[in-house]
Amino acid sequence: MNAVGQDMVRRDGPAKVTGTATYAYEAEVDNAAYCHLILSTIARGQVTDVDVSAALALPGVLTVLTPGNVEKLAPTDDAELAVLQDGEVAYRGQIVGAVVAETSEIARHAAELVHFTYHVDEHDSIFTTDRDDLYRPKAINPGLEPDTSIGNVGEAVRSAHLTVAETYSTPMVHHSPMEPHATTALWQDDSLVLWESTQSVHSVRTDIAGLFSLDAEAVRVICPYVGGGFGAKGSPHGNVVIAVMAARALPGRPIRLALTRQQMFAIVGYRTPTIQETTVAADRDGRFTALAMAAYGQTSRIKEFVEQTAAPTRMMYAAPNRATSHRIAALDVAVPTYMRAPGECPGMFGPEVAVDELADALGIDPIELRVRNEPEVDPETGKPFSSRNLIACLREGAERFGWADRVAGARDGDWLIGTGVAASVFPAFTLRTTANIRFDHNRYTVELGAADLGTGAWTVLTQIAADALGVPVEQVDVRIGDSAYPFASVAGGSSGTATWGSAILTAADTFRDKYGDDPADGDEAENTFIGTGFEGGPYATYAFGAQFAEVRVHADTGEIRVPRLLGVFAAGRIINPRTARSQFVGGMTMGLSMALHEHSVLDPRFGHVINHDLAEYHIASCSDATDVAAHWIEEDDPHVNRLGAKGIGEIGIVGTAAAIVNAAHHATGIRVRHLPLTLDKLLAGLP
Amino acid sequence: MQTEINLRVDGTDRQVTVDTRTTLLDALRERLANTSPKKGCDHGQCGACTVLLNGRRVLSCLVLAVTAGGKDVVTANGLAPDGELHPVQQAFLDNDAFQCGYCTPGQVCSAVGALDEFRRGWPSHHGDTELTRAEVAERMSGNLCRCGAYTNIVTAVQQAARA
Repeated sequence: MNAVGQDMVRRDGPAKVTGTATYAYEAEVDNAAYCHLILSTIARGQVTDVDVSAALALPGVLTVLTPGNVEKLAPTDDAELAVLQDGEVAYRGQIVGAVVAETSEIARHAAELVHFTYHVDEHDSIFTTDRDDLYRPKAINPGLEPDTSIGNVGEAVRSAHLTVAETYSTPMVHHSPMEPHATTALWQDDSLVLWESTQSVHSVRTDIAGLFSLDAEAVRVICPYVGGGFGAKGSPHGNVVIAVMAARALPGRPIRLALTRQQMFAIVGYRTPTIQETTVAADRDGRFTALAMAAYGQTSRIKEFVEQTAAPTRMMYAAPNRATSHRIAALDVAVPTYMRAPGECPGMFGPEVAVDELADALGIDPIELRVRNEPEVDPETGKPFSSRNLIACLREGAERFGWADRVAGARDGDWLIGTGVAASVFPAFTLRTTANIRFDHNRYTVELGAADLGTGAWTVLTQIAADALGVPVEQVDVRIGDSAYPFASVAGGSSGTATWGSAILTAADTFRDKYGDDPADGDEAENTFIGTGFEGGPYATYAFGAQFAEVRVHADTGEIRVPRLLGVFAAGRIINPRTARSQFVGGMTMGLSMALHEHSVLDPRFGHVINHDLAEYHIASCSDATDVAAHWIEEDDPHVNRLGAKGIGEIGIVGTAAAIVNAAHHATGIRVRHLPLTLDKLLAGLP
Repeated sequence: MQTEINLRVDGTDRQVTVDTRTTLLDALRERLANTSPKKGCDHGQCGACTVLLNGRRVLSCLVLAVTAGGKDVVTANGLAPDGELHPVQQAFLDNDAFQCGYCTPGQVCSAVGALDEFRRGWPSHHGDTELTRAEVAERMSGNLCRCGAYTNIVTAVQQAARA
């Protein structure tokens, strides 16, 4: 009666298709007040004066929060959270105030009436690789060495048969979940309840309790549903701190605060633009003799986040000589953060296009070239792979896609047709989580503070718990999304299902050890799963995949279409094929979106993203992605964790853009090395 | 300025006082506690707020509530009276045509409206006379889904069209 592996319909499905699932802004409270943020209109300087008189004169305004006129927060290393503590402005769009009013219309109107006077300093928000203040960070996300080197890349390049040494780039992009970040906050009887849209109720609780010098027990964070996160809701941003300040200013009054779509382009993170100086050298047979990437990115002057862009170059292919480095520009810009597949997503673009360029130059099939460079062990650490089925994914994908039938110069009327391939990878690790199991009235209740961002956690954790307890799913109630439940790790790093599932297995063992198979009402057990952490264990643990794209380019207009996208993944045990397929396909669709559309355009004169809404920041729409298919190979990995699951939330976005760019080259002969792949980059070179 | 309007929401007559600036979306969400339509952009760019107004799909964030007085509003929740799912909703469930669920009520209302438009013979930019995948996708392209459920959404709408 294994539930794991079954195609189970989402447990939260009926609530979602009717719209009765309640998100953070929609918490049922009485007599809510509404809070609207005010963001800085300069990129660097100080607020020298604030005139709130017009705003306060507006009927219905309850309070105005301004710099220095709010409660003092406890000292924090996270400058992003230290909102309104002084008048310093470190980037355009930083929070400089907020209005609370009886209605959302009044709050928004009053926000416009607050008048700020600034001392303006010169700002610098231009990201280039020739700046003289680029620096080597101490560590890159999630705590890795910034630079690595084995052998001698320079010498290997000099003696190579062929070398591709090119610069690739990916632009600044924004997560843009459909649900803007939102909070409903209530301060009452010396305790705080936050209905918060977050990937981690416990990290919000810890951060907020620390900032406001409260006992963790006095803070409860509730989040049963998240309208997408992709990393932007992985850790709290300044908006939730404002919501708490507002709630504490108006005890007993629930405060609703939602960001506007425009505000989301300034204060909830983004993926840094990356520049990737990539080198792949090979001998006559296509065996890599050197692999290198010098990666560049930006961070905010007030908070460092370093995208690990060159990390996948360290482990993807064999080569005796290898080097990676990361250099960073700290600018007067908003704070970047992790976004779906940090490191791997941008960092597999340059190398996977470079491999395609090399295959082209050598006259070797790009799949065959990758097969020839498959490493025996993790090339930099020497650790054995717990399982590595990249070749199986490439072969199976080739078969399903019809790779053997590809011909250069194919044409259908006015459309030039090409196909492309690229590899995917994402690390598999687990974190610390505690689960609690209680038996009552012949039902098992499993509680942990996990989150379902649309991943299917409500459903797959039920399946895992049912098998762990040896009972049908109908007898199990999984409860997540509340800090009142035991501590759970963030829904991020593709670690959720493996981590939380492992915690449930551990707690189920403890429960059965204590109470056997015939528990009494009220029997309850709890246990903690420690996890591997980001460092991992004795094995190199990664999920792999292969992505195939068909691209059509209109010979006259340059219009680019992707009629077919196919991915094959090797990601350990798949808990629920239905939700897993959606995860893979969703990641691939976001990868297609990145390939063709996404580009946050920063105006260096003002330091902000000018295309800050969904009409101008283009993401894939329904017509862009009508045939995206995902498959996987059966993979039994006994080393990765007890569940055998590797994580699937991010790998789908890795490699997609490279596959599409490679297909566009196959269709047109034009090599685009700078995303997004827009028609202006093809038009001049079309036949 | 406040004004009182009457709306029929999901089959129930409601009287509500709104600011004349209040959108239909905010009237539903913040004054009538009907949070089925979602706010994703507030500018008519994402489709998450789609409801049926007198039977036609509209972006409720672009409709001033005062202009909807006396009209019939149906949200995704109203498509499932007494919990009985509408064929479009059932098709979304059957085909896993959503993930986070935030765009979903808007997608569902949009699909109901789009299928009705197709049956009435309203043309689309794509111009197929059958509900091919491309035709469905074109008609559903006003509803963004960041989770990337489009492939399944197209399949679900096709299934619902056959129901």
